[in-house]
Order: sequence, then C-alpha cells, then structure tokens
Amino acid sequence: MTHETTETVYDMIATGIDTAVENAGPDGEALFLAKLALALARDLNNPDRVAELVDLALSDLVIADL
Amino acid sequence: MRPAGRGEWDSLYFTYPRFDPPDQRDGLTDRAPVVVVGAGPIGMTAALTLARDGVRVVLLDRKTTFNDGSRAICIARSSFHILDAIGALDPFVQNALGWTTGRTFHRGRQILEFHMPDGPDERFRPMYNLQQQYIEQFLWDAVAAEPLIDARWQSEVTAFRQDDSGAVLTVRDPLGDYDLPTDWVLAADGARSALRGMLGLRLQGANYEGRYVIADVRMAHDYPTIRRALFDPASRRGGTVLIHRQPQHIWRIDYQLRADETSDDAMREDAVRQSVAAVLRDIGHDGAWDLEWWSVYSANTLALDDYRAGRVFFIGDSAHIVPIFGVRGLNNGLADAQNIGWKLAHVLTGRADAAILHSYSPERRGATLDVFANATKSTRFMTPPTLGWTRMRDAALSLAHREDWAGALANPRQMTPYTYADSALTLPDDPAFAAGPKPGALTADPALPDGSHLSQHLAGVVVLSFGQTDLPADVVALPLPARGPVADAFGATDGTAYVLRPDRHVAARFHRATAHDITRALARLAGDFG
Repeated sequence: MTHETTETVYDMIATGIDTAVENAGPDGEALFLAKLALALARDLNNPDRVAELVDLALSDLVIADL
Repeated sequence: MRPAGRGEWDSLYFTYPRFDPPDQRDGLTDRAPVVVVGAGPIGMTAALTLARDGVRVVLLDRKTTFNDGSRAICIARSSFHILDAIGALDPFVQNALGWTTGRTFHRGRQILEFHMPDGPDERFRPMYNLQQQYIEQFLWDAVAAEPLIDARWQSEVTAFRQDDSGAVLTVRDPLGDYDLPTDWVLAADGARSALRGMLGLRLQGANYEGRYVIADVRMAHDYPTIRRALFDPASRRGGTVLIHRQPQHIWRIDYQLRADETSDDAMREDAVRQSVAAVLRDIGHDGAWDLEWWSVYSANTLALDDYRAGRVFFIGDSAHIVPIFGVRGLNNGLADAQNIGWKLAHVLTGRADAAILHSYSPERRGATLDVFANATKSTRFMTPPTLGWTRMRDAALSLAHREDWAGALANPRQMTPYTYADSALTLPDDPAFAAGPKPGALTADPALPDGSHLSQHLAGVVVLSFGQTDLPADVVALPLPARGPVADAFGATDGTAYVLRPDRHVAARFHRATAHDITRALARLAGDFG
C-alpha cells in the first residue's frame, strides 16, 4: 500500500470513529473498531498474519518516557 | 511579549531601527502607479518586484519599525529564488541556516527522520531558518537602496475609495492627513488587514482548536539545524513541541497548550519560563538560557473568496491564514507578492494587457487551497480535532516504534511550490514530453556546464532553446545544449523550447517547437487569450 493510500485509510477510520461515537455514544468507538478489525481479518483470510498483527497492535501500548 | 523589565523592542540580539514619518511633505499627494500597504516581508517583496521592473511604488506602513519577534522563520528554496529575483539574496545566503532534515520523537524515542529533496547540484537548500526581523531588515536594506520605492513609515490608511479611473487612499501620519491617488493597491497589511475591513470583506474557512506558544530562547545548545517534533513528551503530556535552530544561538520552541490552559495564563512570563524549562529538560539541555520573546497562535485555514477587489489585490496574510505546520504562510505570501508584482509591472510598462491581472486570484487562491489540503492533514496530526483523529494519531505513533510506514504519517509535508496547470496563462502540455517540469510548474534549476545555475540567467519572460530551435525572428532565447544533464532535466531534445514566466514558472513547452508555438505562448503571457 502506498503512503497516499495509507493516509486515505487513516482518514476513513478516523471519520468512522467519530461517526460511531456520534451514533452510539462513547461505547460505539470500541465496538466499531472491533467490528472493523474482525471484518478486515476475515478479508485477509490469513490467521497466522492476523496473529502477527495482533502482537504488533499489543506492542507499545504503554511507552515509558526515555 | 518580552520578559519583565525589557521593552517591546528590547531584544537580546537585534537592534530594531526607528523609522520617522516622511518629513518632506511635497509630493506626498502625487499620483502613484502602485501603492503597497504594509512593509512586512510580503509588502517589501512586492514593492521590490515592481521597482526592479521599472515601476514607481509608494510603500506605506503604520508601524515605527519591523514586526516584533522571530515569527515566520522558515524560508523555502522557492522563496530564495524570489529573493534572488528581487536582488536581495546575498544577506539571506550569508546569514540563514540551511537544513534538509527533520526528526520526530514519540516519548523521547525517534520514530521518523525525513529528508527533503536536495543534492550537490542544487543552488539552494530546501529550507532555511532565519528570524523574521532579519528577513525584514535584509529586505528593507534592498528597499532603502531602490530609488523607485517611496517608503513612508508611521503612515496609516484610514479611508479608501475606488472607481473605474483609480483609487484614493487617505493616509494619516503624525504630521497630518492626506489623500494619495493611485492606479493599483496591493494590500499586504497582514492578518488583521484594515483594507480588507474597509472593503467589507471577510476571510472564510476553519479555525482549529490547537493553540501553541512560540518562545525564543538564547542558549549554547549543541544540535544541528534539524527540525525536531516531540509528540507526547514529558514536558507536554498529550501535546506536541517543535524545536528549530535559528542564527545567533536563538532557538525557537513551539509548544501546544492543553485544552484547559487559557492563552492569558499561558502567556504569563512565569508560565512560559516553566514550560520552556521543561522542554529543555526533554531535549537534555541543562545549561543556561535566556528568554528572548514569546507569542501565541492557533491553527487556522482562512482565505478570501477572491484575492482581488477592483483595484485592490490582497497578498500574504491579508488574503489567507494558514497553519504553520509545513511553513507555508511566509513562503506563499512571497509567491503572492512576486506573482502580482510581475503582472502589474508588465501591465504598467505596456508589455501586457490588463487582462493578465485576472489570473492572479485563481492562481494564488489555487495555491492556498492546495496548502489547506496539506496543512489540514498536518494539523490533524499535530493537533487532532476530534476523538477519531486523536485515536488514529495515537495509533500511528504507537505503531511507528516498530513500523516505518506508520512513522511516515508524522511527516509534516513541507511546503512545495504550486503548479499553475489550470491558469489562463498556461498552455496545455505537449504530450511528447517524458520528463521535465510541466506547464505551470516552477522550472528546474540545473547546474550548467560552467558551474552556474540556470536560475542565474533568468530575468523576465525567457525562452529556453535546446539545440537548433525554430524561433520567431524577434525573440532572443537562452541557448542550451540539446544533450546532457541540463537537457535531461527538461526532457528536452534538439528543437525543444520552454517559455518561462518572470516568476520562473513554465508557461508552455514544446518538444519540437515552431516559431508559431512560441509566439502563441508569449502572446498569452501578454494577455492575448485569442
């Protein structure tokens, strides 16, 4: 994926989060992101790759100051 | 603002001159071909562009000296070409700090290093840092040496009227009021433009919530001229900080205010000192430092719907306000000044029909809208406006510790010159080209075989002729070789011609030019759109 396409996807998801919160309140955000992740994972059709990306997403959730 | 005990103009390193109103009152009311309102960087650049092309200019400014503080500090390569064209380049080259690299940090860890396009054959670096008061000083030195510019300080425009035959500005200075008749007015009177208000015009667009304090400190700090951006640093939890090196051991620190910090509280000297000290701890500076100056700003994307109102052209901040991320405010203002400057000069000296003036607003407003598109993305990353943008920014920063593609999302998209592809002055492209600057784009500036650069040979409208070109009998072209690196930079072959505008943008190009082609392109630049 090109940088420009990555930016487009970034924008779409940011707007999606705001729409989810607008439509369903604060809980809408996590539900929206979980649904999106599940749908994307199914589209990817590669459980091993999903496991790698889950590990990536779990990394650096908390970052201590250097 | 300056620390307690120091006056508004009491800088640690710069002596602000004081300019008197005109003491010679004879001739103040003589009709001027052009009046430029505002002697900041944009107004002075416009005045110099006109004067160097043979047009007499009255330059008015209500202040007694330059703008206070370092303000716009980043000058892009394209702006150095503008400074070159107005004969003001040398002190900028001698004093500004060139840079190519930026580094972005998240919680102290570097997540991105970007390099702007540069190379040994480039005449100028992609970006330079220089405090605005030096920018104004160096431009003023050129203005003061220019006999066709009549600069009048402490001279405020208090009223304005215009009709089909011209315009009249009522000017007030400490010695009295007078009416100044003129043909054309360039409004370079800044973000709070009085002329804009007198014409009942309003900027339209968006305001962003993100506010920053900008503070200059003097310190002996050992770090190269590299732009640093700190996301979520210990000094500004949840916020962002930008750090730039400037000449004279002055460092610019921009730090974002929290939503619960009022601008008034943040502007107090003790608050600024505390915030700056925290940022300096973040970057490992434990030596002494002096506070020089500070101010506050918020990110906006605002512009006039039309940069022309009758005989008035708006240039710089009077026409558009852009976020600072990507350094587009000053640089786009300078491009405005050069754009309307050469067009007015060509009209007033009989080289073009007034029809070319219609191209100013579409060209420069197009550039502003392009800036908005880029600056809006930068601003959303620096100061996310909603939960969605905050989450995505934080996700990108977290991922960037392991994934380079995520770090690239933090690239601030530095300013690039706009391409006037759709302008009435630009002819459609010749599809035979496989390379080279397209019509509307800023020209390439390759090194020539003698070691000079192409830009050093350009003045006014120029035809570049590669090899043997079929030229109109009355056209003198700049001859260039049909083979080699210069030809390659233009995608040229034997018989290729480029027609360049005075602002060094490509008006037209022909892979195998005919005299008719070149005549047509030159006629268009003179306002013949038939």
